[in-house]
Amino acid sequence: MRYIIKKFFMMILTLIVVSICVFLAFNLIPGDPVVRMLGLEASPELVWQTREKLGLNDPFIVRYFRWFTSFLRGDFGTSYSYSVPVAGMIANKIPITLTLGLIAFCLTVIVSIPLGIITAKHENGVLDRIITVFNQIIMACPPFFSGILITFVFGMILRVFTPGGFVSYKDDFGGFVRYLIFPAVAISLPKTAMTVKLLRGSLIDEAGKDYARTAYSRGNNTNGVLYRHVLKNAMIPVVTFLGMALADMVAGSLVIEQVFSIPGISRILLTSISNRDYPVVEAIIMGIASIVIVINLLVDVVYRIIDPRIEAED
Amino acid sequence: MKDISIKKILKDPYLTAGLLITGIILIMIIVGFFWMPYEPTKMNAADKLQGISARHLMGTDNMGRDVFSRVMYGSRVTLLIAIGTVIIGAGTGTIIGAITGYYGGMLDEITMRVIDALFAFPSILLALVIVSVFGVGWIQLIVSLGIAFVPSFARIVRGEVLRCKNMDYIENARLQGVSDLRMIFVHILPNMKGVMASSILIGFNNAVLAEAGLSYLGVGSQPPYASLGKMLSDAQQYMFTTPSYVLCPGIVIVLMVLGFAFLGEGIRRWK
Amino acid sequence: MEIILDVTDLHIEFHDHDLPETAVEDFDLMLGKGEIVGIVGESGSGKSMSALAIAGLLSRHQIKKTGRIMFDGNDLLTCDRKTLRQYQGDEISIIFQEPMTSLNPVKRIGWQVEEPLLIHHPEIKKAERKARAIEMLRSVGLDKAEDIYYMYPHELSGGMRQRVMIAAAMIGNPQILIADEPTTALDVTVQAQIVDLLKKINKERGTSIIFISHDLSLVSQLCERVIVMQKGRIVETGKTSVVFTRPMDTYTKKLIAAIPKIDLG
Repeated sequence: MRYIIKKFFMMILTLIVVSICVFLAFNLIPGDPVVRMLGLEASPELVWQTREKLGLNDPFIVRYFRWFTSFLRGDFGTSYSYSVPVAGMIANKIPITLTLGLIAFCLTVIVSIPLGIITAKHENGVLDRIITVFNQIIMACPPFFSGILITFVFGMILRVFTPGGFVSYKDDFGGFVRYLIFPAVAISLPKTAMTVKLLRGSLIDEAGKDYARTAYSRGNNTNGVLYRHVLKNAMIPVVTFLGMALADMVAGSLVIEQVFSIPGISRILLTSISNRDYPVVEAIIMGIASIVIVINLLVDVVYRIIDPRIEAED
Repeated sequence: MKDISIKKILKDPYLTAGLLITGIILIMIIVGFFWMPYEPTKMNAADKLQGISARHLMGTDNMGRDVFSRVMYGSRVTLLIAIGTVIIGAGTGTIIGAITGYYGGMLDEITMRVIDALFAFPSILLALVIVSVFGVGWIQLIVSLGIAFVPSFARIVRGEVLRCKNMDYIENARLQGVSDLRMIFVHILPNMKGVMASSILIGFNNAVLAEAGLSYLGVGSQPPYASLGKMLSDAQQYMFTTPSYVLCPGIVIVLMVLGFAFLGEGIRRWK
Repeated sequence: MEIILDVTDLHIEFHDHDLPETAVEDFDLMLGKGEIVGIVGESGSGKSMSALAIAGLLSRHQIKKTGRIMFDGNDLLTCDRKTLRQYQGDEISIIFQEPMTSLNPVKRIGWQVEEPLLIHHPEIKKAERKARAIEMLRSVGLDKAEDIYYMYPHELSGGMRQRVMIAAAMIGNPQILIADEPTTALDVTVQAQIVDLLKKINKERGTSIIFISHDLSLVSQLCERVIVMQKGRIVETGKTSVVFTRPMDTYTKKLIAAIPKIDLG
């Protein structure tokens, strides 16, 4: 328990450091957003008044605290470009991006763990060699390229899904998930390949350790040694990797959303970046970073459950 | 890393394949400096969206430009961005990691906190933040990706420095009064060649993939200097009519990454 | 004396390099019921290889084994894997040199001690298993057995872990316990305690023990009979008191001379 509490405070600390970095970055940017908002012809008084109204004339620390506390309350400010609350702009986009990342994550776990076990069990067998080569190629594929190929093969030739035929989760949840499967495959492919490689190596490593020999000496058969003894030990590095992969997949969905024209968070983020609509960018970045940080905490909890040695090391 | 002989390299399938693939790509890029079949930016309305032919080895794009020439040029752009990224990322990361790892204490604590925080950002997101701060362009892209890669290199180097710090020969050198800087750069860092070589190759691959992703999102290199990622993004809508326009730059990216991945794997296994 | 294990002409060859490498040659061993036999020799002499072969733990494809290991009417070298597994952990148990790494780091001690029962006697109820595991832990000299039952290996010292290994090996009440350098990784005081424990087990349960060590003084304290091995071959065998006081072989003489002080009790 002490370990979890400690990790929880570390998480809060990380969140604060992240927020300072994000806020600092967007306050060091040259160029005045107010001038962009009002145009170059705006009178200095109007600019000053607007700055005052937006609170941009206050000292840095004051602005940071105001921003951070309102962020915690769920108030992400007002978009410069559209003059509407940012929260409303992103509220119904976040579920799309998150669902996409989660489906991709589930696919990765479901596919990679059995494949890792099979390849490790038949080390250097035909299947193992084929999967190893295949893995290398997949890892070299940028996800958006796999995405394009998947659109082409499954969308245009086989017509399993309709490219661009996104269905909102509010209208038809089943159709929504069905449309997200193929983009999710594109996101999960490289992560799956990496997980298979990692789990295979980890299993082979662990199977050579002394405790595996002890397990055999007690009369375990190969499956007993594998599933009762080796797998849990081998999963320790894999859990860490999967945690990082989940975070990466949420971010990776930014690119894939473009490939499959999914109206998720990606489009707003990109438009806001090119419009220098900082409140929106800040909110999205902080949102994704918070998700990643919470995922990291969950990974630590899972880690603690699998590996009893953790607490002792603290 | 002793007795490097061609025979021994050829015995390792990973090194052989890696050298072969990387060699082909590099030759293509180097030749591109002196000669290209067509001017990569020259448009030709009459030859739009052609497939593979003897005249156009990889076909033409929607403006009638020769895809092979553009791939030669694009690979150069991609490679340079990746090299720049790795130089910035590995250089800065190594210095930060070596210094914080060597001296430890408060400085180390704070730096590690910040690096952990930066680690919370997937690198593509971090690069997006930095691009949005610095603006769009290929120099900005190199700097952004470079900064995004600093945390991972800093972590690796710090870990290695911590490991080496307590070894006997370092203690010896310390007793002989070797200065701190000399200790870090002459005695500790050269011991990490193996680890660094494979992390640089992995970093290089991540840089190629991240650059492609960012260019695809439209925040990378700007036309007419299209990198491979940008070419793919432009080509996507012609997938059905002219598959070669999409497949060629895509396959070149895959080969580039694959070549370096094989080299990295080969170096890792080298004994 | 009733012979329960009869090893004849055991050859072990490794084939993982271009040239086959012989690890054990012409190894013979007859183990009587309730007997303790010592195998001594320096590292690489083939003593551990022989032990692993008897325990059925040399099953890799690159290892070629010939000869016979007769136990309970079966040849352990040629019988099918299923028959071999029936004996492993139930009739023939083994403990190893490294108690630090021989236990599974992510499983509770109780679970690991109970595992042989779980495999060989699935009919035994959970509560009964637990009771027997705790009783076993206590009988190997672990006082807070109820607490230790719920602990993980990293929470115990090396000596305690070796006791746990012995408890797990003995829970099925095997006929043969193979102890492969069980004390090498431990402190000198703990070594003596483990040797005493093995003696007690042998006396109380009548378990036959094959005790492998390079420490001649421990062997002389524990074993009635000793086998001396060098480079994969047996160079001398006989009653411990005879071999150690009037060694015939020059290698045995050297081994004995190398001990600073030998207490033959």
